[in-house]
Amino acid sequence: MYAQSLNQQVEGTTAPEDAEAAARFQARVDAEERIEPNDWMPAAYRRTLVRQISQHAHSEIVGMLPEGNWITRAPSLRRKAALIAKVQDECGHGMYLYAAAETLGVTREQLVDELLAGKAKYSSIFNYPTLTWADIGAIGWLVDGAAIMNQIPLCRCSFGPYSRAMIRVCKEESFHQRQGYEIMLTLARGTAAQKVMAQDALNRWWWPCLMMFGPPDAQSQHSDASTRWKIKRFSNDALRQKFVDATVPQAHFLGLTLPDPALRFNEATSHWEFGEIDWTEFKQVLAGNGPCNRDRMAARRAAHTSGDWVREAAQAYAAKERARSAAAAGAA
Amino acid sequence: MSTPTTPLWEVFIRSRTGLAHKHVGSLHAADATLAVQAARDLYTRRGEGNSVWVVPSSAITASDPNDKGMMFDPADSKVYRHPTFYEVPDEVGHM
Amino acid sequence: MYTGSITVADTPLLRYVLSRADDALVLGHRLSEWCGHAPVLEEDMALSNMALDLIGQARALYTYAAEVEGAGRDEDAYAYLRDVTSYANLLLVEQPNGDFAQTIVRQLLFSAFIDPYWRALMTSSDPTLAAIAAKAEKESAYHLRHASEWTVRLGDGTPESHERAQQALDTLWPFTGELFTVPAGDRGLIDAGVAVDPETLRAPWRATVARVVERATLTLPADGWMQRGGREGRHSEHLGHLLSDLQYLQRAFPGATW
Repeated sequence: MYAQSLNQQVEGTTAPEDAEAAARFQARVDAEERIEPNDWMPAAYRRTLVRQISQHAHSEIVGMLPEGNWITRAPSLRRKAALIAKVQDECGHGMYLYAAAETLGVTREQLVDELLAGKAKYSSIFNYPTLTWADIGAIGWLVDGAAIMNQIPLCRCSFGPYSRAMIRVCKEESFHQRQGYEIMLTLARGTAAQKVMAQDALNRWWWPCLMMFGPPDAQSQHSDASTRWKIKRFSNDALRQKFVDATVPQAHFLGLTLPDPALRFNEATSHWEFGEIDWTEFKQVLAGNGPCNRDRMAARRAAHTSGDWVREAAQAYAAKERARSAAAAGAA
Repeated sequence: MSTPTTPLWEVFIRSRTGLAHKHVGSLHAADATLAVQAARDLYTRRGEGNSVWVVPSSAITASDPNDKGMMFDPADSKVYRHPTFYEVPDEVGHM
Repeated sequence: MYTGSITVADTPLLRYVLSRADDALVLGHRLSEWCGHAPVLEEDMALSNMALDLIGQARALYTYAAEVEGAGRDEDAYAYLRDVTSYANLLLVEQPNGDFAQTIVRQLLFSAFIDPYWRALMTSSDPTLAAIAAKAEKESAYHLRHASEWTVRLGDGTPESHERAQQALDTLWPFTGELFTVPAGDRGLIDAGVAVDPETLRAPWRATVARVVERATLTLPADGWMQRGGREGRHSEHLGHLLSDLQYLQRAFPGATW
């Protein structure tokens, strides 16, 4: 489950909606009430949620691919079973999220079509390749670790279906990060070659993971609306710092080195300070120029297209069955 | 080209504790049999239940949120429907 | 240090347990190849669930094999360090996924056999095998249900899906004869009540498959020449490629722990 900051561009205030209704809506949000699908909501709130939840869902589904790349090559039967279960969870979480988005009046098919047409975004992190088995450890530990930072606050999101989906997801994902860390620990305590593999994976995944939280607050395109609507509760930089503070000691425990010469602990603030993030790389990956963007989309399109005839068959059979039972009822 | 929609189903699961079926979410399936299978595969893979119901989402009729006041507020004042409304001396014991 | 493939003791019970474990692992591996690529998300979930069931069965059987052999090996030694000619799975389960129809029909043909097989094995005189069978039977019963429902929908769906399902049935049919072969070593185990005589399942298997095929408006292929050899380690070319994926890390880094 990967609820990275996806550069939500919150719609500006829209047409002159019922100001009274808007005030009532905001009062409910302020009182920490949950907004349900049939409740009145500002059009911009609805649009923002559809975009954020669907991007979150797309991230789950595309996120199956980099880890799925190692299912057939997992090095033990125990690891293989755990990895299948984890990637399968991501599929399930994508489905929970699509369902949450659908309560807002869109269909899963529309959302998937947008993704396959290249019109929807998903988390940039999945456009990096998984080169070795250690990448499976690094993704579980770091990517899922970063995702958790973002998802726990979303459990309290003002929109009921999103919040409920996130609660279920967070509960199910509690094993994902531990699974990854256990892999890293095994490698770090393994042969020299395994340790090299683990360090290399950390070197490659560290910076892209820090980018997952989105641009620095100063440049963030987030308007205040998401915060005011209690969709977003912490800033990108705050979550990123929280992630770094939690992760650095875990890396040290593994005996691995973080690929950041500027990393230092600030006694006064009790925070780990880190170096400059390469935002050019982030923008390029989001723009479609990451190492795997084309492969990821090609894989999803292939799955969807080669499933066309299956979906048609199921619908055709259902229609025939309806006709048959109608005929039987008519004859009776 | 746009993908044709597959019907949406609401899923209800009875947990092991033998309570009532509870709404857990929704899914897509062409027919009821596939919906039950998909519900089993999506919503019970951690032993969450021992019985599944699926209902076409289109078959659900919901109360109008705008009617919330008239629908539900009148019940708030009927305090005499609750046991705590009545005073029974402590000496009587639990009742 | 180079550690190549292991040589496993050649006793009837060990061969038998390994062959059943190999069936489960190879089919589970095949199903896991769908993960992330299935035609609908709902089926991504279903195929992964079945892959996990089968890998779980394989692990239980390999673990028992280790106990039977008593050579200090674990489940992974058998899965990762035996070469293609030592694998004794059925040819049917190693056939490539093909399209969704081929995967579903393969599931139907295998599950319709293995479900009554596990049920019969639940009364094995070997208590470990009986316990493994009791757990596996519930799983394979669901696999059979799932495959049956989808075979019906594909067969009785659109002209294209009908054509694909019939094609899958025709392609895989020659691999079904092997379901009922009895390797030389198994005869004594069958006589001792340890193993099940697959010949006793031929009629029920055929009845199950015929019922589904009829509902699906498909045609049962004629029983022509049947391929065989998997149980003796004579495989199709597909298995070697499957094992190169499966065993890659254990082979590339001999002796490492993962």
